[in-house]
Amino acid sequence: MPHAPCLIFAVGNESRGDDALGPLLLREIARRLEAGAASDRYELIEDFQLQVENVLDMAERQLVLFIDAGHGTPAPFNFYRPQPQAIGHSTHALPPEALLPVFEQVLHRPPPPAYVLCIRGERFELGEEVSPQARRHYEAALAFTERLLANATVESWDALAGMP
Amino acid sequence: MTYHLETAEHPETLRRVAIDPVSRVEGHGKVTLLLDEDNKIHQVRLHIVEFRGFERFIQGRPYWEVPVMVQRLCGICPVSHHLAASKAMDPIVGAHHLTPTAEKIRRLMHFGQIMQSHALHFFHLCSPDLLFGFDSDVAKRNIVGVAEAHPETAKQGVLLRKFGQEVIRMTAGKRIHGTGAIPGGVNKSLTVAERDELLKDVYTMIAWSRDAVHLVKKLHDANPALYNSFGLCRSNMLSIVGHEGAMDLYDGKLRARDADGKLIFDGVDCNNYYQTIEEEVRPWSYMKFPFIKALGKEDGWYKVGPLARVQNCDSIPTAFADHERRDFMDYAGGSPIHASLAFHWTRMIEMLHAVEGIKELLHDDDILGTELMATGERKREGIGVIEAPRGTLFHHYRVDDDDLVTMCNLIVSTTNNNQAMNEAIRHVAKRYLHGHEITEGLLNHIEVAIRAFDPCLSCATHALGKMPLKVELVDAAGQQVHELSRGL
Repeated sequence: MPHAPCLIFAVGNESRGDDALGPLLLREIARRLEAGAASDRYELIEDFQLQVENVLDMAERQLVLFIDAGHGTPAPFNFYRPQPQAIGHSTHALPPEALLPVFEQVLHRPPPPAYVLCIRGERFELGEEVSPQARRHYEAALAFTERLLANATVESWDALAGMP
Repeated sequence: MTYHLETAEHPETLRRVAIDPVSRVEGHGKVTLLLDEDNKIHQVRLHIVEFRGFERFIQGRPYWEVPVMVQRLCGICPVSHHLAASKAMDPIVGAHHLTPTAEKIRRLMHFGQIMQSHALHFFHLCSPDLLFGFDSDVAKRNIVGVAEAHPETAKQGVLLRKFGQEVIRMTAGKRIHGTGAIPGGVNKSLTVAERDELLKDVYTMIAWSRDAVHLVKKLHDANPALYNSFGLCRSNMLSIVGHEGAMDLYDGKLRARDADGKLIFDGVDCNNYYQTIEEEVRPWSYMKFPFIKALGKEDGWYKVGPLARVQNCDSIPTAFADHERRDFMDYAGGSPIHASLAFHWTRMIEMLHAVEGIKELLHDDDILGTELMATGERKREGIGVIEAPRGTLFHHYRVDDDDLVTMCNLIVSTTNNNQAMNEAIRHVAKRYLHGHEITEGLLNHIEVAIRAFDPCLSCATHALGKMPLKVELVDAAGQQVHELSRGL
């Protein structure tokens, strides 16, 4: 089965406060895509963390969007194109920046254009609800996502990311 | 056996070195090294703050929700919690003996989990240290550096992990939040197409896993002085073992050996774990310190995980892995090995066993069966014990008349290894950290010791921007004399 051209990959854990922002947004995107005609253009994936094998999910895509919660990151959200970067000290999880060079090393070709939508969170404790502040950030990110999905092209997303 | 973590006579005169948080392990960890006036290490404390609240989080939930909910406790080994909770809930629904299909599907799922976790841990987290050296350029000491210098090794690491994830997806139903195991059995078996898809690649995975064992063995042979002594931590060893003492990662009875390899106890029913193991609370840590009751808290602490399991069992029931186990046992002339880096060797032996086990189960038609659930007389209490990738994992629940969980006790692998990790860090710190300057290379030696155990520090929180590393040296008067920070 051919891959959908656009991959949207949300990262987070719904049981840990604002870490739920990514999965919550992905669920809303899924709901809205189901109602539209372009759902076969997108594949939506959710996981707790990005891991090395996720480069295989990125293969054969035209666009990749990572959605994640951030700590101490710009509010309400930040949309940017991550630059490939070797990460010296990381956790089990990889940030998108580190996934890009792994893609190139494993698959021997440049990764597809990838973007990050990082929604600022405030609290990440086990069992907490999404904080009121993060809920506001989520609403702003959701509105922004409408613009992303309205024109899912490299040119459009580069412009939204402030790329020349 | 003695330990000296709390024995400084005048702690008020000690200098404190804090490493907060520990990088390349999950979540929030903090290492406090207390130095004396001569800059010698007297105390080490590994603080892990994220374990608080797990049991409370689960209390009050309906029992049938628990096997799914507990997967959120850990982003690396959710399947281990899923299976341990399901095992614990089996007697609560009266399933005292699972159907062959249910047990074999669960075992298949568990092998997939062991495989993906061990592959991630070794190739992603530890191979950079082992292949480039602990003091090597930090910009290269990562998975990307491994991919550049050893592209085939890095590629195999990615694909081994992917294969393990596929086994989980097919047995659990989904990549995450799987529902495959349920109280009393499983809710799906494999289709012929799924089995055949896995069979296509399993022999390649076995070959690569054998290569991985040989790679670690070569590293030990190349530098025995380092590998035989780094993070040395002589301790008791605990695990479950299966029939006739064979390695069994899914089910069995508790066995413990002392540091010399002599049996402390054997054949203990997991339902009686609390009669042999006690948990101590210390004021400076959220994480408990378990110990073997019969030996007391001074001498009863132990290590769990691959290094304990491979030396605790009498055999491994798959051919290649058992051959490698015997090689490993011969390496030290039959005496137990307690050096922390040997965790990696045994971890790769277990990965090989897991892939061989997957292959055997894929050739067993029971995994295609339709008898998925067992029933029987219900109980109000259940205990599930499993050998998770990092070590023995205990789940213990009681439910009330409304089927809600009223009591939950979890002893996760990292808790079982708590004292042993402190000891290993202390050993490394005593050897490598002297003087006032904390270099990145020195810090990494401590992190290498922690990574050998692979603790799940916080489990599944990972938010972008959340993991800077800060190191500070504070003098006896509480003044900071040196600080070292690094971000992601």
